[in-house]
Amino acid sequence: MDNLNSLLDGFAAILTPGNLLIALLGVTIGTAVGMLPGLGTAMAIALLLPITYGMEPTQAFIMFGGIFYGGMYGGSTTAILLNTPGQSSSVVTVLEGFKMARNGRGGQALATAAIGSFVAGTIATIALVFVTPITVQFAIGLGAPEYFAIMVLALVATASVLGSSRIRGFASLLAGLVIGTIGIDAVTGQQRLTYGVPELASGIDIVIVAVGAFAVGEALWTAARRKNGKDEIIPVGRVWMGRSDWRRSWGPWLRGSALGFPFGAVPAGGAEVPTFLSYVTERRLSKHKQEFGNGAIEGVAGPEAANNASAAGTLVPMLALGLPCNATAAVMLAAFQTYGIQPGPLLFEKESALVWTLIAGLFVGNAMLLVLNMPLIPVWVKLLRIPKPYLFAGILFFATMGAYATSGQSFELFVLLALGLIGLAMRRFGIPMLPMIVGVILGPMAERQARMALQLSGGEPSGLVGGPVAWTVYGIIALIALWPLVSLARRRLTRDRAGDREAVAA
Amino acid sequence: MTAADRGDAAEAVETEADEAAATEAVDAEPEAAAPPKRDLAQLWVCGFLAVLGVLVIVDASRLGGFSASNDPIGPKPIPIILGVLLFAVAAFYALNVLRGGHGEDGGSGANEKFDLKTVGLLCAVFIANALLIDWLGWVISGSLLFWGAAIVLGSRRYFLTLAAAVVLGLATFYGFAIGLGLGLPAGVLQGIL
Repeated sequence: MDNLNSLLDGFAAILTPGNLLIALLGVTIGTAVGMLPGLGTAMAIALLLPITYGMEPTQAFIMFGGIFYGGMYGGSTTAILLNTPGQSSSVVTVLEGFKMARNGRGGQALATAAIGSFVAGTIATIALVFVTPITVQFAIGLGAPEYFAIMVLALVATASVLGSSRIRGFASLLAGLVIGTIGIDAVTGQQRLTYGVPELASGIDIVIVAVGAFAVGEALWTAARRKNGKDEIIPVGRVWMGRSDWRRSWGPWLRGSALGFPFGAVPAGGAEVPTFLSYVTERRLSKHKQEFGNGAIEGVAGPEAANNASAAGTLVPMLALGLPCNATAAVMLAAFQTYGIQPGPLLFEKESALVWTLIAGLFVGNAMLLVLNMPLIPVWVKLLRIPKPYLFAGILFFATMGAYATSGQSFELFVLLALGLIGLAMRRFGIPMLPMIVGVILGPMAERQARMALQLSGGEPSGLVGGPVAWTVYGIIALIALWPLVSLARRRLTRDRAGDREAVAA
Repeated sequence: MTAADRGDAAEAVETEADEAAATEAVDAEPEAAAPPKRDLAQLWVCGFLAVLGVLVIVDASRLGGFSASNDPIGPKPIPIILGVLLFAVAAFYALNVLRGGHGEDGGSGANEKFDLKTVGLLCAVFIANALLIDWLGWVISGSLLFWGAAIVLGSRRYFLTLAAAVVLGLATFYGFAIGLGLGLPAGVLQGIL
């Protein structure tokens, strides 16, 4: 019951006019960046991070929480009205949502997405309240070898499970790990990979990496395809749901929440897989199978609930273990570090007030989003009419401002541009961005844990293996790593057989 | 490290790759009914990864290898491991490309026209800002950045854009630098703002 008391204290802390205003600001920014294609919540938080240095950490995190949840709402609007996912987690929503909008049922699609997001957000945040302390209990018993193993798992899983191509995931991850290595080694004080450039000695800030790859990269990508295509926005009527819409939506909402939360909570689970699973599930369970592909409301309700639930789920490993499982969590982790707060098992003891205010802020933000979104969606849609030149000029402007402010040196701007060009190349070649971001932030942490583990064992390599938890984790890593070999062998086998048959036929 | 070096390395990979491609193409042909066009520009990425691997290993070999009792392995092993992995990934990546592999969204950019001129101009605007910011100050250089970027990206309302840029520059300077204490330079306008 301690937790519930702490949560009530958190609510008491957030229900002040100032904090409510900040939460409102957060959800507004979140909805806006979620809607605009190409902008994401990770980019928004990274852009805002330097600006919040002057704020109290609690207020900054109330705002970040609002942005995180708001982004999930906003993404669905673009998916439904523009046939373009505003966020990668809304890719599935496009399938049925855009069809519904074309059939004149855009209002219902938006309503089921917004209410579903609210229901899922509430359920998942309640789950977060109960699951996180249990995870902390488990995590408190872990030592350096176990942490190292879990971090390696997160890195390997992010690189290989998400995305369509493992090799590109690993390329992205390695680039991130190399960027993370730049700077003075924390243990021996030697400079690594600085090549004599003094400005690199303090390393490359994760904010610069995130802003460069997401914001500058996106602006350059827009420049590269300037003359290609134009977006068409479908006008939206009143946002409401009839009785049959409610009847068809509540099941998908609940199932979507149940799918989304656990996927969000495991490394590399992400929001994309559960939205897809939810879509497939609803399609199978639906009594209106013929509507799927032509605008079935279940196909919007389920995936939208799933992506919100998974957003809350990613906060579990972030708060309890200090493990970021998506780009937004990675940037939030960096934000904790800038405030000198180390997420992990001790966070709930040391910064109890901050954490519970953050969680209370999520409930409040979620409720605000429902109120803000249902009647105001037509107003939000106007955002999509901002001409692209202004939008991306503005993004470059704020990216530059934030990057310069991290250290007050124009050198940062050149690093920012270099990372922007890397981001451009990654978009051009379809290389996933997330492994790089997670690599930058988790790489140095994993190295520190490994060296700590070896220090405890006096240099014996066995020190890295540790107890049964580490063994289990290494087992999972081996399974992930070896899986493609298994499927390769299978494919080879069938191909050989097919080859034999052809030979016989010839 | 200059861009030219990087280009050389990538080219070296590319010529090797072309030789390999000749043999590979024969095997690959009957597999898929409609073989997707190979996107060989991806080999630049492999070249970049290989060059990165060289940089990491050269730097690591320079590090003192001694170990202390409180740090048995020192700073060296991790970069070495990363370097080796970079070479491995670069090699497998090249193999994947030659087999017709592509990234997410089918390597979405592969078939579209890539507007290098606009990208170059946008970079130029960005670099101009980076060079001028300390001298001219954020209000002027930031306004120029916004104006230049909007024009490069296709805005044709020169004066309206300029007005918006100046307003943004002033608003962010007063709001963030003076209001929130963000470290933005005043530059030549020191004392005026």
